[in-house]
Amino acid sequence: MRMSYLDAGRLALEEEMRRDQTVWAVGEDLGRGGVFGQYRGLAEIFGSERISDAPISEAAILGACVGAAMMGTRPVVEMRFSDFALCAMDELVNQAAKARFMFGGQARVPLVVREPIGMWRSSAAQHSQSLEAWYAHVPGLVVVCPATPADNKGLLKFAIRCDDPVVYMEHKNLWGLEDEVPEDPDFTVPFGQARMVRKGRDLTIVSWSSQVHVAARAAEALAKDGIEIELIDLRTIWPWDKRRVLRSVSKTKRLLVVHEAVSVGGFGAEIVATVAEKLDGSAAVRRLGAPRVPIGYAPSLEDAARVSEAAIVAAAREMALDERRKGARP
Amino acid sequence: MSKARLANIDVERLRTHHLLMHRIRALEEVALGALADKQVLGAIHPSIGQEAVAAGVIAHLTKRDLLLSTHRGHGHTLAKGASSTAMFRELLGKVGGTCGGKGGSMHIADFSVGMLGANGVVAANIVIAAGAAHAVKLKREDRIVICFFGDGAANRGPFLEGLNWAAVFKLPVLFVCEDNGYAATTKTRGMTAGPGVSDRARALGVPATEVHGNDVMAVDQAVADLVRAVRAGEGPRFLHAETYRITGHTGADPATYRPKGEVEAQKANDPILRARELLMASGVHAVALDADKQAALAEMEAAYASARGAPFPPAEAAFADVQDFGSPLVEPF
Repeated sequence: MRMSYLDAGRLALEEEMRRDQTVWAVGEDLGRGGVFGQYRGLAEIFGSERISDAPISEAAILGACVGAAMMGTRPVVEMRFSDFALCAMDELVNQAAKARFMFGGQARVPLVVREPIGMWRSSAAQHSQSLEAWYAHVPGLVVVCPATPADNKGLLKFAIRCDDPVVYMEHKNLWGLEDEVPEDPDFTVPFGQARMVRKGRDLTIVSWSSQVHVAARAAEALAKDGIEIELIDLRTIWPWDKRRVLRSVSKTKRLLVVHEAVSVGGFGAEIVATVAEKLDGSAAVRRLGAPRVPIGYAPSLEDAARVSEAAIVAAAREMALDERRKGARP
Repeated sequence: MSKARLANIDVERLRTHHLLMHRIRALEEVALGALADKQVLGAIHPSIGQEAVAAGVIAHLTKRDLLLSTHRGHGHTLAKGASSTAMFRELLGKVGGTCGGKGGSMHIADFSVGMLGANGVVAANIVIAAGAAHAVKLKREDRIVICFFGDGAANRGPFLEGLNWAAVFKLPVLFVCEDNGYAATTKTRGMTAGPGVSDRARALGVPATEVHGNDVMAVDQAVADLVRAVRAGEGPRFLHAETYRITGHTGADPATYRPKGEVEAQKANDPILRARELLMASGVHAVALDADKQAALAEMEAAYASARGAPFPPAEAAFADVQDFGSPLVEPF
């Protein structure tokens, strides 16, 4: 069935709430459908207890869900913008992520924190960030960044069923993206399995979230020049599909990681470092991310922080045409 | 002591409190010894002098009820029914500890008796307690949640957010502010604006009661009414219990910042001493009361000995119970 990324997420939650009575969602404005409409109609189906409004109290929303998750419910926590989730970092990092370990396995915290990320247009420095690398750094957390409608359904369902605390980062610029989505209510997408977007032999591009689509357009353009890109959508940042990435780069000998987040300390650095270590420096590696600047309001400033299709094409072409790599083909 | 007061005392109940307070006191005194012995390796935060709050409040809970505590949580944990042996093993970071040696004093927890954890972050447990109560309400369960915190917690955001949450959703939770006058090593009063913590609770629509926290029967009686209201589904309640921390902030803190004579004056107000005097005035023999103390001490010394003899967890345990997906057991980094 063809549907939008937003509706796929909505359907995933509806299906899981029908399947499991302990699933509930809470956040600001959920009764009215949520800030982006991701919860539209759900309060009418499930009532205001299971699709619950909340005060603007991020620490309480997340902290209460830690307690409610420990006591046998499966909360879906809506943070509205990932930027606002920063008001609940103790609850997420010190409490949710640590409870199972520090209590010696007595606690499980099966919650999903939905934190919409990314730039769309003119939302400026406090409504546009992509901080997925922060969470990947924290033991105990799972980090998910879906790029397609089908994945937003399958990954959200998998996240709700999973017993780990999951940071679930939908991209605000993808809400309206339409594509085929499996109707099967048992369809899920497991964590740690990347999606092969296109196969190619010259260069591996690893990306996730909204940048997958930018990289796909870049790959189309490069194909016209005879440069064949293998594009991998990581889908989950932690765990990440190391095996698939290593297999691909072993073949292409070239890796370009593309993400919207700031390049410095971004998750691309982790992927590049892993590939460099595991393949003993036999592959050329590079990453493309945002410059280390806050995101500006004016389109010209915002675009200066964007990884563009042109930038990906330029970087990929430069790497692919570097003939020093043995076994590689221009 | 007035005859009326004596006539109203449930001697048996007071005796139970007396023994429990001695057990808490003995646990912490032996733990301080273990710190001096370099057997307790991390920080411990004793509640010596505050035992009446733990005893008077937790007497109203069943095993099914839930409790969240703070970094100063040994007394609450013991009162809720955790084993002193498992607690000592946790304080020493040993196998058989309540958390397998992974948490230590500040994260002591025993879910099997409804003790959902001490917390190393001041006020962090308030929102978690509200959430545990939220789950109880969603699942229509017949139990309540008690959340202890100190006076310092009232200046953190989760105090406001958690009390508001509990009131808005009318949750079955009793908040207990155990006010020992000090936020770490600073007098709380000088750092806290307004008329006090109870008024802050009332401003959020949470009915609040004040009690002398060193008078165990006063705590007991105050909590009886509060717990009745919480169990009846009337929403959250708040207890402000004023007490005093005889020791420093941690076991290693000599507390020289306190005015001369303050501690000595407070020692006359010791909750165990007060209970003892009341029991003796009610006809209980000193020998029996001394026996309570001796029994408590013997229990804790045995628990400490057991912990000393236990091994540290194997290094592999560091990789267990982190997460199911992306687990370090599958691929350590």
